[in-house]
Amino acid sequence: MNKIYLLTVLCLSLLFSSTVIAAESEQAHEQEEEKFNVNELIMHHIKDAHDWHILDYTNKSGEKVSVSIPLPVILIHNGQLDVFLSSEFEHGHKTVTKGNNTYILYHNKIYLADEKGEIKYEDKDGEHVVVNEKPLNFSITKNVFSMMIVAVLLLLVFISVAKSYKRNPGRPKGLQAFMEPLILFVKDEIVYPNLGKKTDKFLPFLLTIFFFILFNNLLGIIPIFPGNANVTGNIAVTLTLATFTFFAINLNGNKHYWKHTLWMPGVPVFVKPILAIVELMGMIVKPVALTIRLFANITAGHIIILSLVSLIFIYESLVMSPVSVLFVLFMNCLEILVAFLQAYIFTMLSSLFIGMAVEDHH
Amino acid sequence: MDLVTPGIGLIFWTGVIFAILLFALSKFAWKPINNMISKRNQSIEDALNQAELAREEMKRLHSDNEKILAEARIERDKMIQEARAIKDQIVGQAKEEAKAEVDKIKKSAKQEIEAQRAAALEEIRNQVLELSVLVAEKVIRKELKSGPEHEQLIDNLLKDVKLN
Repeated sequence: MNKIYLLTVLCLSLLFSSTVIAAESEQAHEQEEEKFNVNELIMHHIKDAHDWHILDYTNKSGEKVSVSIPLPVILIHNGQLDVFLSSEFEHGHKTVTKGNNTYILYHNKIYLADEKGEIKYEDKDGEHVVVNEKPLNFSITKNVFSMMIVAVLLLLVFISVAKSYKRNPGRPKGLQAFMEPLILFVKDEIVYPNLGKKTDKFLPFLLTIFFFILFNNLLGIIPIFPGNANVTGNIAVTLTLATFTFFAINLNGNKHYWKHTLWMPGVPVFVKPILAIVELMGMIVKPVALTIRLFANITAGHIIILSLVSLIFIYESLVMSPVSVLFVLFMNCLEILVAFLQAYIFTMLSSLFIGMAVEDHH
Repeated sequence: MDLVTPGIGLIFWTGVIFAILLFALSKFAWKPINNMISKRNQSIEDALNQAELAREEMKRLHSDNEKILAEARIERDKMIQEARAIKDQIVGQAKEEAKAEVDKIKKSAKQEIEAQRAAALEEIRNQVLELSVLVAEKVIRKELKSGPEHEQLIDNLLKDVKLN
């Protein structure tokens, strides 16, 4: 009975909060008569950014105020290194001049401004394309900052777990008891079946990959700071992780693995080069598949949740909010499952590929 | 298209962060945790093996006990049997000895009785002889005096003899 009561209160409070947001946004709409663009909103949310946007509101004097955490911008252009805070752009309203370089922020990307201090477009196949030059951008973006938070979190959690293992190895308690089943799951269910005796050599790498992806996935579901960055839904991140797996496979591959890749035994000679090409393609396809799988799954989840929330603003109706809230609630539960599932799949396939490369044949 | 174009900056930072994380976690977390878990698994296995050994030892001790008990039982039975045999022997011997004694006593008693009887008979005979002599003497003396009075006297004398 208590549970039902609690659930009702929870649903009502969610409903209330979403309707309040809806009402506020409607007001904003009336004032600015700005058309709500779902596509832009979703793309803005799932892409990387130079500041950590928290909320927008319109103050009493009718000014639109945007609250966000500024992040450091690090740019290299013409042999010049420029470091400044992203707040200098004032959300793209201003250009920033450092030495000979003038930078401009456009749709969360930094370009070099033209002579007039503006963005230049060109029409290509009916699309606006920015033609301005881009500096080398090594900024601490939202995704980088989010990864740093995850890294600190992982270090804090697992070093404290390691300490409690030293203190109390026999009977795990607290955080240690919470993490041990996950660690043992990765070790006994994912890594050991694929790597056998070589488990201990690759376990640190696979554990790190599993928990890094898992923590980033979970943090991505939280809708407000320090969450909501779409880290594992960014192709650069997943590509880098898959590259680590690629090196783990190919730097540890034994003679047998390379022989099977380059000069397949047991087939006619004229087939061998063809198979070598196929195998070399497979070498590249494996990490690419890992990259796209993780990127697509996490991005899709974020897009679905954002679309469902956007329903309220598209219909501009209170009636829509309970439907939307229920769907989002369901999707969030699904996303928690997906967070674990994708971390599991990435680790599972990595250990499978490594296992295939280092397997002993007698 | 923008969505699937990886940015160089993010690749760089992801690489740096992941490499640092991999190094630090391997050294300060995974290695000690994995070692501790392996050690614990080992100690659990050792404990189980020891329990198994202890159980076998117990079984062995138990069967030893059984054997000792069985031996003790046999020993006891033997002792009881021996004791019974000894008892029977002692009792039999005692009986025999008693019988011999009784026989001896009986025999000597019989001899004694025989001797006593003979002595008594001798004495009776002597007394009868004496009495006869006495009676004869008295009869002879009375006969010399009168007839019926003699008879009376003899009768009286015989009465006396009866009393004796």
